[in-house]
Amino acid sequence: MKRFLLSLAAFSTAVLTASAAFAAGDAISGAVEKQPVNVTAIIMFLVFVAGTLGLTYWAARQTRSTSDFYTAGGGITGFQNGLAIAGDYMSAAAFLGLSGMVFGKGVDGIFYTVGWTVGWPLILFMIAERLRNLGRFTFSDITSYRLDQTSIRSLSAFGALTVVIFYLIAQMVGAGKLIQLLFGLEYAYAVVLVGVLMVLYVTFGGMLATTWVQITKAVLLLGGCTVLVLLSLWHFNFDPSALLSSAVTNHAKHEAILLPSSSISDPLSAISLGLALMCGPAGLPHILMRFFTVPDATAARKSVFYATGFIAYFFILAVMIGFAAITIVGTNPEYLDAAGKILGGGNMAAIHLSKAVGGNVFLGFISAVAFATILAVVSGLALAGASAVSHDLYAIVIKKGKATGAQEMRVSRIATLFLGVMAIILGLVFENQNIAFMVGLAFGLAASVNFPVLFMSIFWKNMTSRGALIGGFLGLISAVGFVVFGPAVWVNVLHFEKPIFPYEQYALFSMTIAFVGIWFFSITDKSERAAQDKAGFRDQFIRSETGLGAAAASNH
Amino acid sequence: MQPNSAYDKIAADPRFADLVSKRNRFALAMSFIVLAVFSGFVFVAVAGHGAFAAPIAEGSPWTWGIIGGWLIQIFAFLMTGIYTLRANGEFDADIKTIIEEATK
Repeated sequence: MKRFLLSLAAFSTAVLTASAAFAAGDAISGAVEKQPVNVTAIIMFLVFVAGTLGLTYWAARQTRSTSDFYTAGGGITGFQNGLAIAGDYMSAAAFLGLSGMVFGKGVDGIFYTVGWTVGWPLILFMIAERLRNLGRFTFSDITSYRLDQTSIRSLSAFGALTVVIFYLIAQMVGAGKLIQLLFGLEYAYAVVLVGVLMVLYVTFGGMLATTWVQITKAVLLLGGCTVLVLLSLWHFNFDPSALLSSAVTNHAKHEAILLPSSSISDPLSAISLGLALMCGPAGLPHILMRFFTVPDATAARKSVFYATGFIAYFFILAVMIGFAAITIVGTNPEYLDAAGKILGGGNMAAIHLSKAVGGNVFLGFISAVAFATILAVVSGLALAGASAVSHDLYAIVIKKGKATGAQEMRVSRIATLFLGVMAIILGLVFENQNIAFMVGLAFGLAASVNFPVLFMSIFWKNMTSRGALIGGFLGLISAVGFVVFGPAVWVNVLHFEKPIFPYEQYALFSMTIAFVGIWFFSITDKSERAAQDKAGFRDQFIRSETGLGAAAASNH
Repeated sequence: MQPNSAYDKIAADPRFADLVSKRNRFALAMSFIVLAVFSGFVFVAVAGHGAFAAPIAEGSPWTWGIIGGWLIQIFAFLMTGIYTLRANGEFDADIKTIIEEATK
């Protein structure tokens, strides 16, 4: 199984060579130029906000129990959850970055989309139904299922929280930059606005509101991209071949955009990046939580099926948008600077295209959708972070499972508020810092702490509490260490000349350390607790395969 | 929570072992096919640049790289459909029988 994943990663990465920051998530990094105030975009966005606040009000009236709060009562259908998962995946970076990549380099963008899509069938075949059968509110429910509750749950909750915090900061900074670009508003407004809305959605509406915000955004994004592609095709009399031929003619590199750019500098880095990309999502708490919002394994499988369809469709659209922009944006001096470069940077291809084919109103719509995308993702993150605090740390580790539902929900609301305030402050503090490493760190931590412990707890019967704790902890230390002493922080942030650890992509090393650590400290563990851990595997295995005893859909 | 005896019954039920091995075989075979198709795509892209940029038909601007990439995405979607169909039908029915007998 592990070997199989490794070989998969090796293949998938042979071609994935663009920057980790784009690949790993939403950070829009580098300096951006503030644009003139865009009133249409702001109005469109306010309509979205009003709609989602209405949704939150509706959701708040349905949210009574902890199960409602964490998992929308398990009452989300497979189709709805498929849209929500796709929404988590169709980030601002995927939309703007991918079309920008096709605009700049051509078919390189196709490699990304293919690599990202084929990950989903594998998630379905291997872990989707097992996650649903074993988990209740958080993925720590699974890792600590048969292991020592206090230590393993704390480890997983800590792993979830660190991932959430780093990812949240990166999103906040990205949101601030995006709003300067799209709306022409101040950076600080954007950060405060995102923080306040996120807290409102999550504290009042819980998972139900968070899911519906994500679904709304996914529908708007898919619809908006479809219209964008249709309007672009109109320019070519609805002849896709003409669109592509024209792109080849008008791009500075001509036919070369149909060839993959061969920039595989270092296979080790490529494999390492691929591992983080592949295993990272399976360790991201806000994605894992989505599997607990459906009633059973049957619906969990359906969600992945629908999600894969939406994701594949979206990626095809994003590539078409990039090709269309080559002709429509790339040959129009209105969108180019004196040197012939696109205004606002490579991420702006889709945005300019929307103005060129649909005028100011459509530009406003697409800008509002791009910003809504960030809002939906941060809400999911905040909810995942808050549940790690309230469900894992407070209710089970501190109160030993004796907290009432009302107490637990109060703690999670306080935790959300705290996370929101912290995200705003850190978002403001890091405005002009180089934060590209934070997304890499979030994914690296997810892949080297959460994923190994989760994966081994499901599949390896001989894992013990000691093995999981030490292995997970080693993964954590090594991931943080490799980032701090590697190029991302040691050179780019602390400005030393040479990194102590030479690789930017470290997941291969930290994951190996985590897996070997889990293995070694489990097989050498002869304690009484170890015998208990192993004995617990049989029942866990039966439950993960059959769903017998899995948390029921709703417990009103 | 179910009484422990239900788990004992399931552990002893040969149909449970059959189901698990049947499903694992299916999941592994499906994974293998997805990986084989994907690695073929990567191999063509890395090793044979010519084939990747070759037009799918004489005079067409569409290349095998673009069309192949899109077909693989559609193929990935179909594979999740096939797995979901069999698992939600055949496997879930087996599980239902096994659980019903064990919790009687």
